[in-house]
Amino acid sequence: MDIKHAKDYLYWLYFQYLLITCCYVLEPWEQSMFHTIFITVFAMVVYTGYVFVPIHIHLAFEFFSQIFGGQHESTVAIMN
Amino acid sequence: ILYFQKNGISNGGLYKRPFNEHFEQAPMYVAVFTYLGFGVGTLFGYLRDFMRAWGLEKCHLATEREEQKDFVPLYQDFENFYTRNLYMRIRDNWNRPICSVPGPQFDLMERVTDDFNWTFRFTGRCIKDVINMGSYNYLGFAETDANALKTVADVLQRYGTGVCSTRQEMGNIDKHVELENLVARFLDVEAAMVFGMGFATNSMNIPALVGKGCLILSDELNHTSLVLGARLSGATIRVFKHNNMQSLEKLLRDAIAHGQPRSHRAWKKILILVEGIYSMEGSIVRLPEIVTLKKKYKAYLYLDEAHSIGAVGPTGRGVVEYFGMDPDDVDVLMGTFTKSFGAAGGYIAGKKELVDFLRTHSHSATYATSMCPPVAEQIIRAMKCVMGLDGTTQGLQRVCQLSENTRYFRQRLHEMGFIVYGNDDSPVVPLLLYMPGKIGAFARRMLDKNIGVVVVGFPATPIGESRARFCVSAAHTREMLDTVSGADVLMKLTSDGKGAGRSYKSGNEEVDGSYTS
Repeated sequence: MDIKHAKDYLYWLYFQYLLITCCYVLEPWEQSMFHTIFITVFAMVVYTGYVFVPIHIHLAFEFFSQIFGGQHESTVAIMN
Repeated sequence: ILYFQKNGISNGGLYKRPFNEHFEQAPMYVAVFTYLGFGVGTLFGYLRDFMRAWGLEKCHLATEREEQKDFVPLYQDFENFYTRNLYMRIRDNWNRPICSVPGPQFDLMERVTDDFNWTFRFTGRCIKDVINMGSYNYLGFAETDANALKTVADVLQRYGTGVCSTRQEMGNIDKHVELENLVARFLDVEAAMVFGMGFATNSMNIPALVGKGCLILSDELNHTSLVLGARLSGATIRVFKHNNMQSLEKLLRDAIAHGQPRSHRAWKKILILVEGIYSMEGSIVRLPEIVTLKKKYKAYLYLDEAHSIGAVGPTGRGVVEYFGMDPDDVDVLMGTFTKSFGAAGGYIAGKKELVDFLRTHSHSATYATSMCPPVAEQIIRAMKCVMGLDGTTQGLQRVCQLSENTRYFRQRLHEMGFIVYGNDDSPVVPLLLYMPGKIGAFARRMLDKNIGVVVVGFPATPIGESRARFCVSAAHTREMLDTVSGADVLMKLTSDGKGAGRSYKSGNEEVDGSYTS
């Protein structure tokens, strides 16, 4: 019963995607072409986000903490 | 979200009852998705046109011949592009052939297509008892009951079907005279004249009333018949915003202050063209304000009550009665018998001088065949029923049933959170769909559930506002209205609106895995 529920929910999501992007009216081969392009673009966006976003956030965090927090760790002189 | 509701108090004592109209705007993401959908459709349209031009795909439409390819292109404008690439894909939702009387339920012939709507073929089966939410059957007079149609059958036996002449020659039958007297009595005016076709009533009589040197002020959403009549007359046409009295007043003041364009002489006549109920919006005209303006600036008023006669007003006399006004205030009352009386034809009513003038000067009276007798008898019997002259209260019951059905249906749709345009009392209910993909999906899914609806897109509506238009009828029972408004097609499809909890969860009572098609 739950699996049926989940399957219907997934089908509903797929149907909404078809309606919103106007894929519902296209012929099957046009739909396949659109799905391929869309999934490719989406995958590229996800990959770029995965690769670049954490590094940029880390660098931005360090930049701002340098302005507000004062000295960076590596510029502190080592006391002997 | 722009949501405004006018209660009529703003104009002091002009309105005797609250005037509630809604023209809600959709949330921003809906507009974005709509344009996105049209963008995808346009891109694929260019792709298909490219394939057709280069011979990769067979072209089913009209194209120029090889020798004509260097001349001015004939099929490159947006309208042809739209027809080829977007309309053809969902064309199976229009022009569906009916094989029974268009009552509250009707039968459809089943049509399938093998090549994506370029050609259709009939399977031979009939889809029975489809709930009819598209026919203009407001009072339910589209019926085949033998008792009700007894007088019509008698007239058919006596007069036959053809008239074979125009009104001015040999086509003036006593049934026409009887009908005209009845129409004048129904509307409480001095005289009326009937014509064989509703569209022709408008387009052939406006040229008889106004000509060059006159000014026509017409609403921006007027029907094609009014626009055609206005253009044929040769008068100057100025358009004011839909139901917007400030715009109309400004135009009137400019017209009177400046006069005709180059000579600055006064206009011979100023005619205001409005409709009682606008069929695409479901809005009712602001008649008290227009009559005040008309009296102040001495203009004439032409009121087209095609959808409102019989459908609004406590006893079905149209918008004039709905607002409690005097029919003498409106100069030309026009209406059709197609919508509420189950027949065909139109009428023009007003003062006796006006109607006598039209009898001699109207193109329709001189050249068009007059109404055929069985149709005239159907109108006579329907009108007598509405007025109560046949001795029963059936007519009044129908009018009350219609207003009750309208209120109930609109209230249900509003509760569910859908965006519905128009006045609360109009039986025309447009439900906004917005996205192009939903137009085809909505109509097909509703037909699967045995409900027949009319969906409208561009060019009948603005491109971003496609809608499904329901026409409530007095013959609909409450169960039918419940079936229609509760169809989970509405839930599944339109997940926008005021966000009143229309997610998957709220509409899943009827989930039965039948979507894997």
